[in-house]
Formats: sequence, C-alpha cells, structure tokens
Amino acid sequence: MISYAECSARERLALVVDADSFHEWLPPAMRLTSPHLAQLGVPSSFDDGVAIGRATLAGSEIFVAAQEGQFMGGGVGEVHGAKLVGLMRRALRDRPRAVLLLAESGGVRLHEANAGLIAVSEVMRALLDVRAAGIPVIVLIGGANGCFGGMGIVARCADHIVMSDLGRLAMSGPEVIEASHGVEEFDSRDRALVWRTTGGKHRWLSGDCDVLVEDDVAAFRAAAIAALDKTRPVTLAGLEDEHALLTTRLRFDGNEAVALWAALGLADAARVPDLDVAALQSLGAH
Amino acid sequence: MTTPGLETLDYAFTGTRPAGAFTPVLVGVVGSGNLEVLLEPAAGDGCAIHIETSARGFGSIWSAVVSDFHQRHQLAGVLLSIHDMGATPAVVSLRLDQAAQELQP
Repeated sequence: MISYAECSARERLALVVDADSFHEWLPPAMRLTSPHLAQLGVPSSFDDGVAIGRATLAGSEIFVAAQEGQFMGGGVGEVHGAKLVGLMRRALRDRPRAVLLLAESGGVRLHEANAGLIAVSEVMRALLDVRAAGIPVIVLIGGANGCFGGMGIVARCADHIVMSDLGRLAMSGPEVIEASHGVEEFDSRDRALVWRTTGGKHRWLSGDCDVLVEDDVAAFRAAAIAALDKTRPVTLAGLEDEHALLTTRLRFDGNEAVALWAALGLADAARVPDLDVAALQSLGAH
Repeated sequence: MTTPGLETLDYAFTGTRPAGAFTPVLVGVVGSGNLEVLLEPAAGDGCAIHIETSARGFGSIWSAVVSDFHQRHQLAGVLLSIHDMGATPAVVSLRLDQAAQELQP
C-alpha cells in the first residue's frame, strides 16, 4: 500500500493512471512559469504547480491534471489556472471519456491576487462546460493540504468526488476561520476538530463526496475507474434536491459534527473518528 | 535592509561523459527546504548549472555542492536548472544525484 497523501503530484499521476500512459502538455522544460512570483522574491516552479495531459485509465482515454500541494500549498496562480482551463477546453474539443482532477490546493494563490481569483473563476466555468457536455469530471482529494477555497468550490462543481479519510474539503481553511471568528469559534490547532468538520469521513457521511477510500493510491485508482461513467447532469431537479439538502443542514441545531452525524441517523456517531474506512462503510450510512 | 528577491547563480563545467539525447528529467518540488531540478540535454560537452534561490548569500556553498556533483558524475552535454526554496546542501546533492540517476538506462 502506497500512501496517496505522501506522494507528490507526479508520483500520484504515475500510479493512478495506466502505467506509462501519461503524456504531458506544457511540460516543465517549456518553462511556463508564473509571471508574478519572481517579483516577490518567491521561486517559481517549472510547471507552476500543476501537471496536465492525457492518459489512459483502464484502457480509456482520459484527460488528467494533478496539483502539487508542496508548491505554494497548491495555490492557483494565473498560469496554473490557465493550464487547468486549457485542459478543460481541449476536453470539449477532443471528448475524452472523463476528466480526472487530482486536487490539492489551498485555493487562490494570494501572491497573484486578482489574476489568481480570475483564474479560479475561469476554471469553474470551464469545468461546468465540460460537465454540461456529458463528460464526467472526477475529483480525487487526499493530499495533506486538502482542497480549500476556490478549489473547494471547483471540486463541488464536478460530477463525482473521491476522498480519503485524510483528505479535507471545505471553503475557508481552519486558520482562516480562527483568524476571522476567534479561537472559541474554531481552534485550528485541534486536529481532531479540523478533521471532524472538513475530513473525508465527515464529507462522505454528509453527502458532500461520493466515495470514501483509504489513503492508498491503488484505492484511488480503483475508485477513479469505477467513476469513469458517473456523469451527474446539471438539472433543475438536481439543483432543487441540493437546495433541500442544504436547507435541512441549516436547520440542524447543534455545534458538533458528532451530533450532526447522529442527526443523520448514524448509530454510534461518537465512534466515527476511531473507525477505519471499511468499518464506517459497514455502518451502512451515506 | 536586505534586498528582496531571488539570487541567480550560474556555474559551467566541462564533462567527459556525454549524456546524449534524452527526455528532460524533473525531480523534486519547490517546497520549503526542498528544490526542483530540471535536467535537459544541451549542445557541446559542457555541464551548465543555473540556480534560482530564495536564500541569498550562499554562493560559496552552492559552488562547493555543484563542483562536488560534477566531480562525481562528469556529465557532458547537459543543462541543469534549479529552483530552490532553502534546501540544505545535503538535500541539494541528493536531488542532483537523483536527476543524474534518471539518465541511467
């Protein structure tokens, strides 16, 4: 078993898609780097923190992107975002069977300010175009930096989300919440609290992700293969269901994830943090 | 007041072991205490090393590390480009060796 969380973006790419099938577009030797970082005294990365290209997955042609969490926390800068947008637009033209996004990002790369914000919004639009064309966009979340901010929204725009229990998915990250609302509201150093409120188990139990896997590259690969045809068309009925779900969630009168899980009908909710993925799934929730 | 910005360093050696044609190799990540090394083929028998680093003022140490690398590998016809975020000399040496290792058939 190889830990997905501990792999770099390129190591994940090599292990998730079929062996030696990844063909990179705009590879590092093309030096498509950030036009902003050097001015701030920050080193650039040859791929601006994201590798994009085509590959096969269980023999089917897919397009794939992998964000590198170690470079600027996976932050989406101008070039990084443009690479993701280009991949999505090419998917509209070439119609691969699916687009796979190995997301690991704190959201917008703040160093690039408005250029980064615009880049993220363009990624959302491009992703929704691909989804509307009936090509499933599958997001894998299991990196140490989680998937936050604008990329958290991008993930929730996709057709299908696979998370490990180590993965995290949310809008504002723990430190941001603490900074804006105080440590009494949210203690970002309380790791158990952070995972109870943003981690893979919580997202799976509350229906924000589709599949929960162990922190294992092979498990992510298997889940991605199983999701190859999981399109989720954007429909009025689907949106209304989503709104109903959110309305129910807002009515929840409590301040702890454990109470929320119990309210969702989970017996032994207090045990959830101690269970492994298989044990949690055997409880039959979701 | 220190000058903000990156420091750029360049070193050039002449090697005895031609690398020939190969697909560019990227190892490492630009993260705290880490670096990425891009190894590409180049014309001639030189081994050129281009470094961009956020840690200014360590030129003599870089010189020692890349000279040591070149003495051990003697690569010819290559360009090594480095983006560094404060990696220690030992980490730099390991990444350079990792890149050179990728050239082995």
